[in-house]
Amino acid sequence: MSVALSTGQPTALSSKPTKKNWTGWIFVGPFIAVFVVVFIVPVAYSIYLSFYRDQLIGGNAFVGLANYQQALGDEKFWAALWRVALFFVVQVPVMLVLALVAALALDSARLHASSFFRIALFLPYAVPGVVAAMMWGFIYGDRFGLVGNINDLFGSTVLEPYAQQWLLASIGNINTWEFMGYNMLIFYAALRVIPLDIYEAAELDGAGAFRVITSIKLPALRPAIVVATIFSVIGSFQLFNEPNILRPLIPSSISTSFTPNMYAYNLSFQGQQYNYAATIAIIMGVLTAVIAYAVQLRGSRKDDR
Amino acid sequence: MTAIRPARRSLRQPKLDNRRPDQKRKSTLLTIVMGVFLIYSILPLVWLIINASKTQPNLFGSFGLWFSGPFALFENIGLTLTYNNGIFIQWFGNTLLYVVVGAGGATLLATAAGYGLAKFNFPGKRAVFAVVLGAIAVPGTALAVPTFLLFSQAGLTNTVWAIIIPSLISPFGLYLVWVYAIDAVPTELLEAARMDGSSELRTFFTISLRLLAPGIVTVLLFAIVATWNNYFLPLIMLSDPTLYPLTLGLNQWNAQATGAGADPIFNLVLTGALLTIVPIVIIFLVLQRYWQSGLGAGSVKQ
Repeated sequence: MSVALSTGQPTALSSKPTKKNWTGWIFVGPFIAVFVVVFIVPVAYSIYLSFYRDQLIGGNAFVGLANYQQALGDEKFWAALWRVALFFVVQVPVMLVLALVAALALDSARLHASSFFRIALFLPYAVPGVVAAMMWGFIYGDRFGLVGNINDLFGSTVLEPYAQQWLLASIGNINTWEFMGYNMLIFYAALRVIPLDIYEAAELDGAGAFRVITSIKLPALRPAIVVATIFSVIGSFQLFNEPNILRPLIPSSISTSFTPNMYAYNLSFQGQQYNYAATIAIIMGVLTAVIAYAVQLRGSRKDDR
Repeated sequence: MTAIRPARRSLRQPKLDNRRPDQKRKSTLLTIVMGVFLIYSILPLVWLIINASKTQPNLFGSFGLWFSGPFALFENIGLTLTYNNGIFIQWFGNTLLYVVVGAGGATLLATAAGYGLAKFNFPGKRAVFAVVLGAIAVPGTALAVPTFLLFSQAGLTNTVWAIIIPSLISPFGLYLVWVYAIDAVPTELLEAARMDGSSELRTFFTISLRLLAPGIVTVLLFAIVATWNNYFLPLIMLSDPTLYPLTLGLNQWNAQATGAGADPIFNLVLTGALLTIVPIVIIFLVLQRYWQSGLGAGSVKQ
């Protein structure tokens, strides 16, 4: 997010500021004070923790990069990391393409009842992630879920959302359901600001609807797609709520280290391994920032299209 | 700065919908495609409403997408609200407290700071900017472990403050207000107020706040959603069920169905889930023109 938006920064910083004294701090000060307490201090403390280790002999001791070394050789961590990476590579494109199609349909002005569709498709975003995960968890089930009904109908087990090979897809479906409408609105908002005269010019040139989409709408959507992708990177790498809520239903398939975040959580709150958990969190934070930055760089290059 | 243009435009959407008259022929095919999207988005919610109206024995063995047995929605609501001495109402109250103080405070802080960044030049401004915007990309859960440890040393875990204090910061909200304030509050107006001898704080409260109102409502809405839906933070910080917000409480009820001494209360979980969704959906529908413009302001950079 930050990187994507920073191009607006230089103009804004020079936007005719009215005073060159400390008055601004009256307004910014309270925010910064709380910000230091809940952001800066925890991050600093986290970095500090990652260089120490509670040992049986000698207590809390400085161990340098040993925690990071341990993480790099930790199979559980790598498995969790690959899982969220796979999740990101598959779920995010599916969700964003669906959102894009919906946004283009809304913007086409050829839809019946388009404002109703806009609201209805956005509705799942308002549903708390916990409730969404629980609801889908029931629907997936065969006790009183829809999936059970469908399987009964066909007298077989065509659908097995909780089978090992479908599990990640099932979780992906929950996330897609929650955030498709949100991304649709981001894209839709970006489409609304395309100046009308561009469409008029395209029409004079005899461009059809498809050509208008590829030559005008998609390029104009580029910044919005970058922003949506960056948010999705952050979301995927932080994956926690859905698997953690589904876990009691299928403890054999979802381990305590299913995602890096679940691993860090369980390390600290089940295993009291705070130092190692902090290390995992920092690695994931840095990784997220690097990927978000790469997406932003790739997305803002104008000539590679 | 052009970033707020979509905000204003989408406030006038009814008019804009009539643009491009040549394309106004409605397409049935397109409407059908969107119908599929609609079914996907709405079906789980319909399922929830239908099943919240069944008694627990009727949940099992009845078709999921139609009513079965006695219509027990109101009975279920009654049971949900009274179960375990009305703990659900307690959770609802807790959620309201976290939303009012947390989201309200977050909006106040973000509004003042966004305004300060947009309209004043002061030492350290660039640093403030870089750090706060950088924070948007920091995974919130990465902060969980150190925040928990710090709060536990300060004796704040398992108190309402453990939920409220971290909710007070919304870097994204600050960004929205900052972008909005640049154009919404004319610098000339501030100069004029200064000439008249008005103090900066007075100007802020009497003039600027009013001009910022649409932006503030947007920030407030997103802060409300974030606090209402908060799960990870309370999960870490709270061990006393009487402090739980709805999300955590529901999950506890759900967990009751498994493990030793299982006492499944699926009908209450479903009804509770429905009751958790309803207020936030109403807020969204009532204030839709604000969040629609807010999304535009936040996402589009040009």
